[in-house]
Amino acid sequence: MTERQLVDARGAACPGPLMELIAQIKLVNVGEEVEILSSDKGSASDIPLWVAKVGHEMVENEKQDNHWSMVVRRAK
Amino acid sequence: MATKIVIVGGGLAGTIIANGLCRQLKSEMRGGGLSITVIGTTDQHMYQPGLLYLPFGRTREAELFRDQRKLLDRKIVFFVDPANNIDVDKQEVTTDSGRVHGYDYLVIATGSRLMPQNIPGLAEGAHWLYDLEGARKMRVALDEFEGGKVIVNVNAPHKCPVAPLEITFMLHDFLKAKGVMDKSEITYTYPIGRLHSLEPVAEWALPEFTRLGIKSEIFFNAKQVNPDAKTIESEEGVTLGYDLLITVPPHQGAQVIEDSGLGKGGWVPTNKDTLHHEGSDNVFVCGDTTNIPISKAGSTAHFEADTIVDNLTSLITEGRMARNYDGKVFCFVETGMKSGTYVWFDYETPPNPGPPSQMVHWSKLAYNRLYWLSAKGLL
Repeated sequence: MTERQLVDARGAACPGPLMELIAQIKLVNVGEEVEILSSDKGSASDIPLWVAKVGHEMVENEKQDNHWSMVVRRAK
Repeated sequence: MATKIVIVGGGLAGTIIANGLCRQLKSEMRGGGLSITVIGTTDQHMYQPGLLYLPFGRTREAELFRDQRKLLDRKIVFFVDPANNIDVDKQEVTTDSGRVHGYDYLVIATGSRLMPQNIPGLAEGAHWLYDLEGARKMRVALDEFEGGKVIVNVNAPHKCPVAPLEITFMLHDFLKAKGVMDKSEITYTYPIGRLHSLEPVAEWALPEFTRLGIKSEIFFNAKQVNPDAKTIESEEGVTLGYDLLITVPPHQGAQVIEDSGLGKGGWVPTNKDTLHHEGSDNVFVCGDTTNIPISKAGSTAHFEADTIVDNLTSLITEGRMARNYDGKVFCFVETGMKSGTYVWFDYETPPNPGPPSQMVHWSKLAYNRLYWLSAKGLL
């Protein structure tokens, strides 16, 4: 089972979901995953964009009732 | 048996909590039924936000420091003896001297630390103002700078989220006043897809950057710096050249947190409402130390500290919690050498910064003096 860290950034104005994800990715090993919960519409597009730019892997990206749940696997 | 409160950390959070509890629980302390102990790492208390002004010649070092012992109420027991282990099962804190402090209630307020060494070449190639030594070196670098490419590089995570923009605006005004802005170029790099975490602040900053001719590179997380070639490369694959590199280094929590197995990266898992260490009902966490997805800032520490004072007082005198932390953060934003604005928000209220004015700038300068009243728990 892959290690997965959960970051609940729903309602987080600052530093916001993507900044939290970047910080958390630095703390996990390559191959491990971070699940980020976000209610921020901008992050719903920014997070997949950043993940693609850096070359990590977007494992899941689901829109729930009032938030997004995204799982990112550290690839390098 | 007297109730023992131990506070690990003598920064703003630990100091406000110690003094606040001392005031609220003075009768219990006077009767010998309660003791408050602060375990710190230094006998000097530094006003960290004041470092912003140091490289630009707008403050003197002496203005940033007070004797920690004098800031604390005399009834508080204070040790300069860094904690090296916190055992929340045994309810003990061990320090470098070998002393073991048992407690009934513990507050962890160990703060954050700069980790430029986490990015190869950054410590050798860059300047920063987030600590005293860095601010001194940056002051010299700015004095010697005669124009060229300046990069203000921001890394995640970092405390005081508005400081990167403040540094950039103040740097622009400084170089202009020095007469070298016309032969300089400032580029601001930021980890996410806009100029600041707070969307309204980012929307305000963008036209300001355009007006001042400041360039930006978003989605830029530093991967490595080559001090010889004077280049900085991002995880996203962009390489920039520089003549002067100013950075906001990535941060981590205190080493004692990791060594005690209390949280990855030195950040302690914390309930965002009660500020309890997750899994404990007699351990509170305050300030930069928490893993709450909220700004790591002095005001956050201050508002959290007020909540912990109320709750610990209520627990000790009435056996119940008083209230939840509402997520409040308030930050002044210096928008140059002569103007400023502010932003506040909480868990329910989004930020909405007002237009910059000289009055807010003066308010910030006044707060730079009033800070010491905050630390004493009077403001």
